[in-house]
Amino acid sequence: MPEHPKTLADLSEIVVAKVLTVLGDDPVAERLREMGFTPDTTVYFERQAPLGGPMIVSLRNYQLSLRPNEAKRVLIQGLSSL
Amino acid sequence: MTNTLNFALVGSPNSGKTTLFNALTGMRAKTGNYPGVTVDRRVGGLVVGDKNIQITDLPGSYSLRAISEEEHITASYLRGELGDNNLSGVVFVADSTSLSRSLPFLLSILNLNIPTILVCTMIDECKARGGDIDFFKLKAELGIPVVGVVGNQGLGVTDLKQFFLEPQEWKTTSVPVLDSTEERFVWADKIINKVLRHPISESNLTRQIDRVLLHPVLGILVFAAFITVFFQSIFTWAAPAMDLFSEWVNQFANFCSAALPAGILTDLLCNGIIQGVGAVLVFVPQIAVLFTLIFFFEASGYMARAAFVIDRLMGWAGLEGRCFISLLSSYACAVPGIMATRAIPSPRDRLATILVAPFATCSARLPVYAILISAFVPNTTVWGPFTLQGFTLMGLYLLGGFSAILFAAIFKRGLLRGASLPFFLELPPYRFPSFKTIAAQVTDRLKVFVRDAGSIILIGSVVLWFLLSFPQHQHDGSLSDLQNRQHQIEQSYAADFGRALEPAFSPLGFDWKINIGIIGSFAARELMISTMAQVYAVHEDDGGFNGFAAVISKSDENGKRPISFASAMSLLVFFVYALLCLSTVAVVKRETNGWRWPIFMLGYMFAVAWVASFITYRLALA
Repeated sequence: MPEHPKTLADLSEIVVAKVLTVLGDDPVAERLREMGFTPDTTVYFERQAPLGGPMIVSLRNYQLSLRPNEAKRVLIQGLSSL
Repeated sequence: MTNTLNFALVGSPNSGKTTLFNALTGMRAKTGNYPGVTVDRRVGGLVVGDKNIQITDLPGSYSLRAISEEEHITASYLRGELGDNNLSGVVFVADSTSLSRSLPFLLSILNLNIPTILVCTMIDECKARGGDIDFFKLKAELGIPVVGVVGNQGLGVTDLKQFFLEPQEWKTTSVPVLDSTEERFVWADKIINKVLRHPISESNLTRQIDRVLLHPVLGILVFAAFITVFFQSIFTWAAPAMDLFSEWVNQFANFCSAALPAGILTDLLCNGIIQGVGAVLVFVPQIAVLFTLIFFFEASGYMARAAFVIDRLMGWAGLEGRCFISLLSSYACAVPGIMATRAIPSPRDRLATILVAPFATCSARLPVYAILISAFVPNTTVWGPFTLQGFTLMGLYLLGGFSAILFAAIFKRGLLRGASLPFFLELPPYRFPSFKTIAAQVTDRLKVFVRDAGSIILIGSVVLWFLLSFPQHQHDGSLSDLQNRQHQIEQSYAADFGRALEPAFSPLGFDWKINIGIIGSFAARELMISTMAQVYAVHEDDGGFNGFAAVISKSDENGKRPISFASAMSLLVFFVYALLCLSTVAVVKRETNGWRWPIFMLGYMFAVAWVASFITYRLALA
């Protein structure tokens, strides 16, 4: 494990990653899991909003937009980009 | 007919649930409310064989662990906590292009031991994207019936209907009982690996369209164009229809008052009831146009992207991207704007949007602004083609928008503070919308508006007519019609009310005559003009609009104007802030399911209006 684990909020630099885990047990964390962020799921960075703020990622054959606050909850490990 | 079987449609937003509901039930859905909440209850029926089938379209949900009001309804309904315990079965709707996300939710419903059937939608799109699902194997793995459909073409719907006859065959016992979400996903991924003969590639079309529509620069231009279409639709397409409706209503009222014997009943019919019905009907064109656009952009996939683009800016006000379209629509009219807040999942964000939506400058304020500005603001050139009058009007528009954002931020930090919902926005692939589904959705909105808000508007209009027409003034033959009408209004209950309000309103520079106008404007803002025209005895021959502006700004022999400059400025600001719209109150009552919030809105907006007008009046006097 690296010292500072990467989160989904860093995905724009990594582009392709796999999910390690979602931090916490609160409704936000639970919802992230329910949207499909479970261990070993591959996530792709799609784009940042034109005005900044949320980003779009794709996973499990669909696209989801989320804000940095929620994205920080998902720990990821970069995969070598395609 | 022997008996009725009840089924519930469950699925995530964008799963094609609404399209399937319409394909199953035709256009005969009934819309009601769940007790105590603002979520619509949609129920439709069909007949299969000798059975009556009733289908409830439960709100789109991602999970039984509800985080929004709508999801809460779905979860409580399935757990039998809403009093409907005669559920024969669940029809679980899943988009076949992203099955691995839906199966875990399906499992949690199967674990409730309710007979369930899985309907995989959009199998045409799935095939087009290279996907190949072995439905027989999927059925074997899940132990429940599985049907593939293309909802907008009706493919597979006939097969599905046959299954409704035997819900006792929908066994739920061949799947494991799993509590943790991660375990459910492991289970789902295993099944997907077995049944997916060929993986589904991403939608190339969507990728290419997004490259343009969400481009850092082009994306903002597209967004601007999108806003322009919304504005144009109201002012260019809906406005002529609204004018036409008003004219027909007036002509019909005139025709009735000419054809019927003069008297109080005729007056009630023509000026109370017919005008009240007119006040309801006048909203129909803009609700129809606005919601056709909203549902079109939603079904095509752009609406979610527009919310994504604007989310950052809305975040400053403590709101989210989906609140934007409501505020934008409110610039045309707060009524459809508030109705459009249903797209906002968070009840707090939704309420904050409703509470501030009437600050957006609606089109009904324009005539009031135009008259007061043309009468009191000098038409001096500021620079080039820009005049002081133009800047004043722009200032009022900006003041409304700025106040909406400001108060949303205040409410979100104060009254509506709390753990806000996480922002999740699914971006569906671009799809060609089904016009039948859009038509059904728009009809639904219109029905709800006419039935639930229309009745309040009608009653309110009749009450206001009564206040302005009673006690009856004896017609004096020695006076002109104009003077008779002026006398009537001066001694009406509305005038008594206006005089009674003087202590409260005189610090703002309003006399009882202006107060009558404010009372009149409550039924419909354009009534402000016609009521005040009567109070100030403006002759119809004076040329309507310009005549009215001339009368209220003309000085008498003492150099005094009927309305002073300071009072006029104060009145303008009052119109920016006060909730002077019965229809908005009616629609807020309907959308928040009670009188608590509309009364709160009347109170706080009046308080803001009073303070702002007071400051304006003092500044203008100085």
